[in-house]
Amino acid sequence: MDTIVFDNVTKHYKSNIGIDHVSVTINEGDFVFLVGPSGAGKSTFIKLILNEIDADSGSIKIRGHEVVGMSARKVPVLRRNVGIVFQDFRLLPKKTVFENVAFAMEIIHKPKKQIQKHVPQVLTMMGIADKADKYPDELSAGEQQRVAIARAIVNKPKVLIADEPTGNLDPDTAWEIMQLLNQINQRGTTILMVTHAKDIVDKMGKRVIAIEKGRIVRDEYGAYGYQEALEKAEMTFDTVQLRNRDTFKARFRRGGDEE
Amino acid sequence: MKTFFYTLKQSFIQFGRNLNMSIISIFAITCMLLILSLFFILVINVNTAAETIKGDYDSIEIFLSDKTTPEQAQEMVDDMKTQEGVSDSFYKPKEQAMAEFRERWGKNGYLLDSLEDNPLPNSVVIVIGDLEKADALAEHAATYDGIEEVKYYKSTVDKLLDATKFVQIAAIVIMIFLIIVSIVVVSNTIKLTVFNRAEEISIMKYVGATNWFIRGPFLVEGIIIGVVSAGISLGITHLVYSKIVDVIGDQVYQMLSMPMVPVGFLTVNFAWIFLALGISIGSCGSIISMRRFLDA
Ligand SMILES: Nc1ncnc2c1ncn2[C@@H]1O[C@H](COP(=O)(O)OP(=O)(O)OP(=O)(O)O)[C@@H](O)[C@H]1O
Ligand SMILES: [Mg+2]
Repeated sequence: MDTIVFDNVTKHYKSNIGIDHVSVTINEGDFVFLVGPSGAGKSTFIKLILNEIDADSGSIKIRGHEVVGMSARKVPVLRRNVGIVFQDFRLLPKKTVFENVAFAMEIIHKPKKQIQKHVPQVLTMMGIADKADKYPDELSAGEQQRVAIARAIVNKPKVLIADEPTGNLDPDTAWEIMQLLNQINQRGTTILMVTHAKDIVDKMGKRVIAIEKGRIVRDEYGAYGYQEALEKAEMTFDTVQLRNRDTFKARFRRGGDEE
Repeated sequence: MKTFFYTLKQSFIQFGRNLNMSIISIFAITCMLLILSLFFILVINVNTAAETIKGDYDSIEIFLSDKTTPEQAQEMVDDMKTQEGVSDSFYKPKEQAMAEFRERWGKNGYLLDSLEDNPLPNSVVIVIGDLEKADALAEHAATYDGIEEVKYYKSTVDKLLDATKFVQIAAIVIMIFLIIVSIVVVSNTIKLTVFNRAEEISIMKYVGATNWFIRGPFLVEGIIIGVVSAGISLGITHLVYSKIVDVIGDQVYQMLSMPMVPVGFLTVNFAWIFLALGISIGSCGSIISMRRFLDA
């Protein structure tokens, strides 16, 4: 199933181009990097997915649900099905680590018992089980980002969106966070991550969508830059309808028959 | 129901963790309730005064000369009872008048002990049912033999009632003005609180919380703030008013021959008024101040 489908989407701000006639499909299970210079429209892309802003024209479907022109009443439901992680963590400062993660379950009225059981599990998975009773400002940046990721995945969303999740972290911590995201992706969650971290993108070898001035200028597997991408890619891909490399390999092994 | 308890719990937690802002809001609401209470006390006492005055206005007192016998007085009573517009009439011997006088003077009643004779006259009291007839009844009373004076202060009473009416209206206008001002002040204070938490609200929205889910704890927090303010104001008003009654209650009684509104009565009534005002200001304030942040 196509998880995120942009079809000729345009969003212009008063004097700036946000996103300009963008069409792209992200498949279930993909791990996609969204790269590009500052002001290219990356955050705009993400805000459109979350319906934080509404597109001027075009269609955006998240797991089959149209997001453009969505009624305000349905937005919370959309956001519950999409995990979100930001560069600045955005944890609730007056709630403990446990409460921050529990909050995501409380808003969908999960029973207390389930919350008590499930939150520690997720915290353990993120390697911060011992920080449950701490407040965000008592944690290191890397730990705070782990909490944010725990909150984003606690309801097992099918999609996880991350806007520069490693932007405030030192390289080692950033790489730890990438490992966590990779694990989450391997459990079947589609991940869309905005980043400026060239080394991370190169090291991960995932699909890379590059945008500039609101348009997609490149959509390939492998690396941050075009040249590296060419070098790294073992084969050329159709740039319009790209498949996750792992999916491709799997299909390749099965003899290339589409289902 | 579960959601209700969740909200309640969250509100108390929020209240505690935002203690600074909660205290500022409580301070604002308490100040305004105290200013209001000042005017309430004034209005309530003026009202009682007006009622007392009206009570006096309701009756005509015929002072009898000392020669008039109780039997003659009884004839007057009986005659008066047949008149239209009279609801009651009775004979009041001078001893009873003195006793009332003594009671009215309260602590200072011992001053009357120095009197050798009772200087007060016997009297016949006419309680008027229909005030329209008051003048005619006073004239009729004046025709009896053996009387010294017919006491009926209509014009004075009219003037007093006009004055009290003016005080009442002025106080109500000022009170309404104060309530509006305080709602503005309080909603701005709460807006400040919410502004401090705009970030928090936007995060909650990112995680997918509905507006009511976010609003709930803030609303209940506003109500808690209202209730706490009401409690504090009530306590202060109770203490201050008790003190006032202690200090000037007797003088007021002597000067106006009317008691001040009893402390207990005032406290009980204020409890409801403060609670209602506190809760509505607290909750309106929080809803009004959140609107901007939830619409986004
Ligand atoms: N609310 C807004 N009002 C007006 N212009 C905006 C608004 N938000 C973004 N823009 C403009 O739209 C363009 C794309 O912005 P966007 O935030 O999507 O960039 P970005 O790729 O996320 O950049 P960065 O890497 O710096 O985060 C920029 O030119 C920006 O100035
Ligand atoms: Mg951005």
